[in-house]
Amino acid sequence: MIINGVTIDATFAEAFPMKGTRAIITAQNEKWAMIAAQAMTGFATSVIACGCEAGIERVLTPDETPDGRPGVAIMIFAMGGKGLAKQLETRAGQCVLTSPTSALFAGIDGGIRIPLGKNLRYFGDGFQTSKVISGKRYWRIPVMDGEFLAEATTGQVDAIGGGNFLVLAQSQPQALAACEAAIEEMKKIPNVIMPFPGGVVRSGSKVGSKYKNLGASTNDAFCPTLKGSTKKTDLSPDVESVMEIVIDGLTKEDIDKAMRVGIQAVCDLGAENGITRISAGNYGGKLGPFHFHLQEIMA
Amino acid sequence: MSALTFTLKQRPDQRVDMSPLVCQALENLEPVEIAAIKLHCGKRKVRVDELFIVSGFDTKQILIKNSFAKLDYIGKDLDGGTIHVEGDVGAYCGMGMKSGAIKIHGNAGIYAGCEMKKGQLEISGNVGDFLGGALAGNKMGMKGGLILVKGNAGDRVGDHLRRGTILIEGSTGDYCGSRMIAGTIAVMGNTGKFLGHSMRRGTLLLWNSPKLSASFNDCGSHTLAFLPMLFKSFATLNSHFAEAASAFNRVQRYAGDMSETGRGEILVKIET
Repeated sequence: MIINGVTIDATFAEAFPMKGTRAIITAQNEKWAMIAAQAMTGFATSVIACGCEAGIERVLTPDETPDGRPGVAIMIFAMGGKGLAKQLETRAGQCVLTSPTSALFAGIDGGIRIPLGKNLRYFGDGFQTSKVISGKRYWRIPVMDGEFLAEATTGQVDAIGGGNFLVLAQSQPQALAACEAAIEEMKKIPNVIMPFPGGVVRSGSKVGSKYKNLGASTNDAFCPTLKGSTKKTDLSPDVESVMEIVIDGLTKEDIDKAMRVGIQAVCDLGAENGITRISAGNYGGKLGPFHFHLQEIMA
Repeated sequence: MSALTFTLKQRPDQRVDMSPLVCQALENLEPVEIAAIKLHCGKRKVRVDELFIVSGFDTKQILIKNSFAKLDYIGKDLDGGTIHVEGDVGAYCGMGMKSGAIKIHGNAGIYAGCEMKKGQLEISGNVGDFLGGALAGNKMGMKGGLILVKGNAGDRVGDHLRRGTILIEGSTGDYCGSRMIAGTIAVMGNTGKFLGHSMRRGTLLLWNSPKLSASFNDCGSHTLAFLPMLFKSFATLNSHFAEAASAFNRVQRYAGDMSETGRGEILVKIET
């Protein structure tokens, strides 16, 4: 398949089941809601070493938030429910509770309930109070700037992590420009996040390493500087840079949609802007049960 | 299907225990069986059809017409369905109700909504003492749900209130929120003496400055984030509480009762 001079490989992205949740952070203004959201989703690019994958889903207008203030929706994904709950709680406690004027609310009503402000309340040292409003419990925790308001729980649902595609280009600036265009479009899709810095990862990995204590190592088949030295390169001579976009989402359909708009944005730039191929990372179907076939998505 | 309607024929001299006439108890009963239910009236037991003209079939909607202040225990332990009452009601209306809705188009007597667990009780007129309170000797009053009073309330509103919300558009008598354990009482009018006496936790939300006991400490003026959410939850009510103009988030906060644990609060609207 070729779109606008860009070859779409007959391959698939391989994704795996995760547990996901969403939280809504509000603040006095969008600036401070975003600061809290960025702090909460920081150091959360990959479960390999961060414990979770997290990102900002989108900015919310005041009429979309529970307390009528500007807000930001963030999503967190982890390999298991226990790990997710732990990450959510520590991040909420260290990054949102501490952020001026912030409040924290559930972003998913259904699912299994996991603590959001339920345990953070103990920071109130006995001065905390709760209010049940429309059947939901909120904790009011006294803090130095006033009160930190946090919903007691949020919903944990089954999710999918590791959807991805690779952008192969004739130069590094062209690869980055294409990824930036893709991320811009993918941000508009609900229920997904792209957890890596700016949504783009330049250090895609393969499973395993020559070093015994490493579970993952550089994806040498897609490293342009190794075209002549690795046993099996996936790159043609004209490819000088490869970047990857990783997608976590609540459902397969959400990730499908995000991949489609992302790949389309890259293809819109086309061969004339140095984009040669779109490929995807998979492990021969051994790692995850969810397969995103690029040509089917773009059909 | 038309609402199951009980129209009072004439006012008995003695008080009537209406507790058998709740939706869940009448479900699957034939009209003749409903008519044959015996109600306590003073020291006698009288058939329903001796006191009321019974019409309609829908046991999920009960309508009581020509009601007056001696019909006690209306909607006691109600568990689903609605009861509308045209006229005044006696004591213990909505006592212990578990779910559903009761609307009184008149005044209510003492202990309305006492120890109710869930559901909604709306009274368009005035209400007596111990609204949403605990029965004498019991340690917990209302445990959930919402009570809306459009008129005034008597003494001891929310006595031993454990959870839930009481909204009063008018004024209250003395000891409003006394011995409150938790929950919310909002009063648009004035409040009497000994407000929040021995309250442990919970919120008294007031539109007008109260006369406070010495055991409440001023915590200063604040903008509280939960208040807009609380007002938003009232938006569907047929009440002044639902009006956007009624909402505020700037309050003077008093903590108390310091003679108890002191974790309760009285929030008084600050005009901005």
